[in-house]
Amino acid sequence: MIKVTIDGVEIEVEPGTTILNAARKAGGAIVPPAMCYYSKLKGSGGKCRTCLVKVTAGSEKDPRPMPKLVASCSTGVQDGMVVQNITSPEVVEARKGVVEFLLLNHPLDCPICDQAGECHLQDLAFEHGAAKTRYEEERRKFDKIDIGDKIQLHMTRCILCYRCVYTADQITNERVHGVLKRGDASEISTYIENVIENDFSGNVIDVCPVGALTDKTFRFKSRVWFVKPMNAHRDCSKCCGKTAVWLHGEEIYRVTGRKDQYGEVEEFICNECRFDKKSKSDWVIEGPREVERWSVIRQNKYEIGTQVQAPKNIGYGNITV
Amino acid sequence: MGRKLLLEHANVPEIHTYQVYRAKGGYSAVEKALKMTPDEVMEEVKKSGLRGRGGAGFPTGMKWSFLDRKSEKPRYLVCNADESEPGTFKDRYVMEKIPHLLIEGLICSSFALGSNTTFIYIRGEYKWIVGILEKAIAEAKNAGFLGKNILGSGFNLEIYVNNGAGAYICGEETALLESLEGKRGNPRMKPPFPAISGLYGSPTVVNNVETLAAVVPILNLGGDEYAKIGIGKSTGTKLISACGNIKKPGVYEIDLGLPVYEFLNSDEYCGGIRDGHRLKAVIPGGSSVPILPADLFYKNIKGEERNMSYESLSDGGFVSGSMLGSGGFIAMDETVCIVRNTWTFARFYHHESCGQCSPCREGTGWMEKVLHRLEFGHGHMHDIDLLVDVAKKIEGNTICPLGDAAAWPVAAAIRHFREEFEYHVTHADKVKNSRLAHLDDYKKELVLL
Repeated sequence: MIKVTIDGVEIEVEPGTTILNAARKAGGAIVPPAMCYYSKLKGSGGKCRTCLVKVTAGSEKDPRPMPKLVASCSTGVQDGMVVQNITSPEVVEARKGVVEFLLLNHPLDCPICDQAGECHLQDLAFEHGAAKTRYEEERRKFDKIDIGDKIQLHMTRCILCYRCVYTADQITNERVHGVLKRGDASEISTYIENVIENDFSGNVIDVCPVGALTDKTFRFKSRVWFVKPMNAHRDCSKCCGKTAVWLHGEEIYRVTGRKDQYGEVEEFICNECRFDKKSKSDWVIEGPREVERWSVIRQNKYEIGTQVQAPKNIGYGNITV
Repeated sequence: MGRKLLLEHANVPEIHTYQVYRAKGGYSAVEKALKMTPDEVMEEVKKSGLRGRGGAGFPTGMKWSFLDRKSEKPRYLVCNADESEPGTFKDRYVMEKIPHLLIEGLICSSFALGSNTTFIYIRGEYKWIVGILEKAIAEAKNAGFLGKNILGSGFNLEIYVNNGAGAYICGEETALLESLEGKRGNPRMKPPFPAISGLYGSPTVVNNVETLAAVVPILNLGGDEYAKIGIGKSTGTKLISACGNIKKPGVYEIDLGLPVYEFLNSDEYCGGIRDGHRLKAVIPGGSSVPILPADLFYKNIKGEERNMSYESLSDGGFVSGSMLGSGGFIAMDETVCIVRNTWTFARFYHHESCGQCSPCREGTGWMEKVLHRLEFGHGHMHDIDLLVDVAKKIEGNTICPLGDAAAWPVAAAIRHFREEFEYHVTHADKVKNSRLAHLDDYKKELVLL
């Protein structure tokens, strides 16, 4: 085990752990935000640059600071490493810049976006972004594309995190889903607007941090804060069958994987569970899910009296719901 | 006359053929190297103090020593011939004129590194050079310098030429390796560095064309002798591709440490700024290094004369210095509009950003649009500070150095020529659709006021 200090919190981790995962092990405000890293996807991370941190001491043996900010999701910890996340003004400033860059070409159509309320970009902008944009030019626009009959791709909202690309790479053997063009003209595309022929293709919706990939069986049916996530399971021959079903009254509006506090699904689920099993009789409902993230879903009031921890750096303090 | 190690025979007729190159003493470095051990060859390169000629100036011997030799996987040497930096055309000259020099350098370096398969990754726009190189490789193979058991030493080597598809980013070594593997040319996250896990996950060294060609004179002269050329830690000779408003644009081989005044003004090299004009600014190392106004180019902030070396040109950091970079020397006279020039570079980096990481993908486009506004008379005063801030937020926060390369020229142009940017805002009606420089007009007006 090796020791690493992040924002003054000492953490013991296995060698080879990344700074981000070390921070996640401790939890709380020292965890850098991550828009592209996804622990279940091999090769993901390093692209969005929201998780930049400052390494003030490389290791015990070589305590020199690292010259640049590093992406915490892809930098391994060393014994005796000292890392600054939100305690470094440099990091806060850089992160503000990254949020601004990510929002530059984002349509900000949250009022009509299905992801609103559970969108990582919304949370990130709320926590680290500026209130006003300095961008005066036109934003880029794309037409909506269907990836098969159940998934819709709206590239205009995409932040090019590549998570869906890694998902498709992981579940299929061919490169069917990838990125076309380059620079700010790049777009996610499935080979000639085709489908991802795989029973697990629906997981690209779950990994998408924004509303670029949405579930067509759920589109415009409800705001996410009006539906209630419940743990449920069924016997499934293809996947684990452990899902979260989102109830609106007695009706199942949608089915997703069970996401943890960092928005990562515990296990990928199959398309049958996700798209076809929309009747309550298909599922054994276990009970309401704990929504741990600072999220409007939390405002659902079904767990009265729990403490919601607001992100520390904005100084809202604790809010009792 | 300066000493010529690389371009000595560049103007001999038919030097691109094996017979002529051999008759001029070519391939003697290979004969010498194969009688040594690989470690001895590497030791010579280390002693020579050779630094990477692609732009970063990292000591080549040290880079080679990082190569993982304990790995059971094959080791690769990759020659980076994806010379795409605006203003740089030195590698093209070497490959076009004396392809055998590169092949010879590749054989010696491959032997030192233990690479039995070596690749030349050449940019898509240099399509005709592929044929020149392949012909040279075939000739060398015929003569027994490539293939199995070269000169009876037991060393096998094959060289393949791979044509890129025209992306600037593939000059970044990890993006180059991705492209070479047949994937999209996105830079990889480092670590792992290519020396540990590069091409196909094997230990790989990626070197610039000129770096590998320089191994030939190093072996011919001996590392110690080579290290005597140059100044301080900038040893040896360097190819400079000079262009802009000078009398004699072209590729020149200089001893590192040559005074910049001499390089720019002597008839042996650039021949000075064209008649009737005077020097306004210089970009000494290709489009991505900071621009220097004439006074800071000739002398550093302490008033000492600058010379053409890694250290001297970067003296003063980015506040008052620049970089030797890849040796793409661009001189501008007073007719050049810095705003337009900066916009042109920003447009290039916007077009060439791979789009993988957000600061570069979004920031380069943003900078280009703001500069376009300024150039065509639609800008505001606050746009200038906005550019500085955007450049600052890109710099150092990206996966690969393209973000830095896009941010530095913008930041430096505003640092040194801010009043010219301001002129574009205050005299919007005058600058609209005009391609001329406006700083002098501006200064005249100041005097009149």
